Amino acid sequence: MKRFTQWLRRGNIFIWFSGTMLSLCLLMIVGLVGFIAVKGLGVFWPHALIQAQGPEGAVLGEITSFEAPLGTEPAKVQFRVGNRDIYGQDFKWFQASEIHGRQEPKDALLIERLENGTFIGRIQDISQDGQPIAKAEAAVEEVKRRLPATNKLQAQIRGIEKGAVGELNRKLEDCRQAMESAGSAEARTVLEQQQNSLQSRYNQLQAELDQLRTTAKTFTVTLLTVDGQTKEIPLSGIVRIVPANELSWFGKVRLYFSRLWEFVADDPRESNTEGGIFPAIFGTVMMVLIMSVMVVPLSVVTALFLREYAKDGLLVRATRVAVNNLAGVPSIVFGVFGLGFFVYSVGGTIDQLFYSSKLPTPTYGTGGILWASLTLALLTVPVVVVATEEALAAVPRNQREASLALGATKWQTIWNVVLPGAAPGILTGLILAMSRGAGEVAPLMLTGVVKLAPSMPLDGSFPFLHLDRKFMHLGFHIYDVGFQSPNSEAAKPMVFMTALLLLLVVVLLNLFALRLRRKLRARLGGSTF
Amino acid sequence: MEIEDPRILPEPLAYAEPPASPPSAPSARLAELPLTDASVLTSPAMLTVEGLNLFYGSKQALFDVDLKVAKNTVMSFIGPSGCGKSTLLRCLNRMNDLIDGVRIEGKVSIGDSNIYEPGVDVISLRKRTGMVFQKSNPFPKSIYENVAYGLRIQGVRDRGILDEAVETSLQSAGLWDEVKDRLKESALGMSGGQQQRLCIARALAVDPEVLLMDEPCSALDPIATSRIEELIFELKKKFTIVIVTHNMQQAARVSDFTAFFWLGKLIESGLTEKMFTNPRERTTEDYITGRFG
Ligand SMILES: Nc1ncnc2c1ncn2[C@@H]1O[C@H](COP(=O)(O)OP(=O)(O)O)[C@@H](O)[C@H]1O
Ligand SMILES: [Mg+2]
Repeated sequence: MKRFTQWLRRGNIFIWFSGTMLSLCLLMIVGLVGFIAVKGLGVFWPHALIQAQGPEGAVLGEITSFEAPLGTEPAKVQFRVGNRDIYGQDFKWFQASEIHGRQEPKDALLIERLENGTFIGRIQDISQDGQPIAKAEAAVEEVKRRLPATNKLQAQIRGIEKGAVGELNRKLEDCRQAMESAGSAEARTVLEQQQNSLQSRYNQLQAELDQLRTTAKTFTVTLLTVDGQTKEIPLSGIVRIVPANELSWFGKVRLYFSRLWEFVADDPRESNTEGGIFPAIFGTVMMVLIMSVMVVPLSVVTALFLREYAKDGLLVRATRVAVNNLAGVPSIVFGVFGLGFFVYSVGGTIDQLFYSSKLPTPTYGTGGILWASLTLALLTVPVVVVATEEALAAVPRNQREASLALGATKWQTIWNVVLPGAAPGILTGLILAMSRGAGEVAPLMLTGVVKLAPSMPLDGSFPFLHLDRKFMHLGFHIYDVGFQSPNSEAAKPMVFMTALLLLLVVVLLNLFALRLRRKLRARLGGSTF
Repeated sequence: MEIEDPRILPEPLAYAEPPASPPSAPSARLAELPLTDASVLTSPAMLTVEGLNLFYGSKQALFDVDLKVAKNTVMSFIGPSGCGKSTLLRCLNRMNDLIDGVRIEGKVSIGDSNIYEPGVDVISLRKRTGMVFQKSNPFPKSIYENVAYGLRIQGVRDRGILDEAVETSLQSAGLWDEVKDRLKESALGMSGGQQQRLCIARALAVDPEVLLMDEPCSALDPIATSRIEELIFELKKKFTIVIVTHNMQQAARVSDFTAFFWLGKLIESGLTEKMFTNPRERTTEDYITGRFG
């Protein structure tokens, strides 16, 4: 008893208590990330294709889920049968007792297509210009042989469509607008000539494209489902064929990484439920970077004013209270403000002043990455202001005095001594702001995020950085794919994978900032906090 | 401008006859060094303080101080801590302006111009008065950039001028040979004594007329301290130096004149040798002999 009271008095119980809480928190974090990682990373691993006899005939597909019997409910098995265009849905439930004679046929194929999702079945034949050139197993070999060239062709077509054609379209549009506002007849003729040359270039490209498209359609493949239905698709509609039951372990690993790479580096297809999410990654990173570029100067100037210049009075106290309270405003309110102020007021004014020829089509008067980033910058200002104020206060007084005693003005001292000394602290604020900003979705939905952006905010066409464009975002992508898509069952794994990538992006951005901060600190010799 | 106050340094003429050599020197070195050659006594006043009162808010820290510092001499301020030595020193380059609630009455002149006159450019005043602080405070920049800082903020961009100024300043501060091969390295990697000499070099680089030092050796070991004392000896050929110290041996070693402060008042000032051997005031004698302080 005495020992226990002594033990209590020493405060050990609180050490134990906080230790337990800490490990609980850690466990929760690890559990969360682990769960998402397992759910997400498992998506790309190829599963065996099971063929069995079901109540309505043969079934072929991956077993995706199993439900144990519950009360009067019998045990159930879920098959991913694919062939959305033929069966109407990707998944089918069966009672376990209805499924007989499971086997893993070696020749079963999983075929990823550009349209209508995955096909599971076999290849009947392959034709060139309507003439069959190979059947059955020979056809599979033929398809495998010809697929890389066709895929390359397909990529080429997409590249031309997105690059040169888009660029020409824009130029033609500019030309047309210039002609509308052109005053003199001479200017008109010049523009007309320009338009004509652009138009002929455009036609030429179109002809080229048509040719490529016809080439791409030369080969067609007839697919055969397990219950005997056929479907003919162009060879160019096939992304990849997977002989799932024949793959060696090494083959599976290769397939896994090839799918992972496609996911990270490709554009989405089929209303975002397939393909990759590269534009969303890019949009997220870009938005966070633009936000950082905006928030740092804004906050540093505010903090400098509060800490270095303003005399402590009513105004300063009011500003400080306002800034701190800004942190508590719900983010959707910022979204509404961003929409009303940035998009409608500022954007609308910019349009009227500089883009009046394009009206009523808005340029800046509609959501875009600039307005979304600015809204987020506003949202994160309090975080950075508080961190910066702290950092400014921590710069040793004797360094300021050293600078002033050498005849530096106050501003020179701030610029040369105080700000460099406070830089690591400012970066700390930025790190917090980036983490917050990267995860916000609500305000973005009002200020420029879209489900599918036709072009990226940064590309090869002048002026390269298009701040007026709409963009895709990982957070919004999760919401859209998981809960707004017609085929949400098929898209569920994408949600986990996208969430994992969002986490990864935040971590990577933070690591970058941390590295920067470490470098700065090393330069300061660890003298300031 | 004549000030009828016995405490101030008498006009040079009063000392026209060479001072009698001290009967017993406070330190052995004092005897070896030609502390007060005749030229010192005839040099004109560089700094003049007249009727200076300073208030921190309602608390008065300096009471009616009058003082003169002759050109190219070393003046040391001694006295128990809290007596206002640093405060007076910081009045000489108006560093007290930075503290809220400070009120200053009286007159401080460098050369002939009153630095507290309205309209005085504080920035250019501070360029004329280099300052070295109690705790060495190099910037977290390279050695080179530390010394070049004063010139850079004046807008000097020419690499040649900067290089030359950095070299001469470091040489004057007796640091050149130690650091000439690592000018690009961080100043924070130097030893304490080197850092303090770097701060001196930094102050010298803007070519001031007066050098103000606030207990520059209080954080240094004896060897580093003696290096700085030797340096002060060299520097007084070109600069007028005011040094605050709580170490009376140091005051005796390095300074030509000494001013003793007590409770914000200047008790007495005069030739160092005289002050240490034959102080006029009782309080001074008590302090010097270690009866309080
Ligand atoms: N910034 C300040 N605000 C208020 N009082 C101060 C300030 N600096 C110094 N003092 C006061 O002024 C007096 C003289 O201080 P100081 O000049 O630093 O003494 P010393 O350098 O001789 O030890 C002390 O009583 C001190 O408390
Ligand atoms: Mg002091």
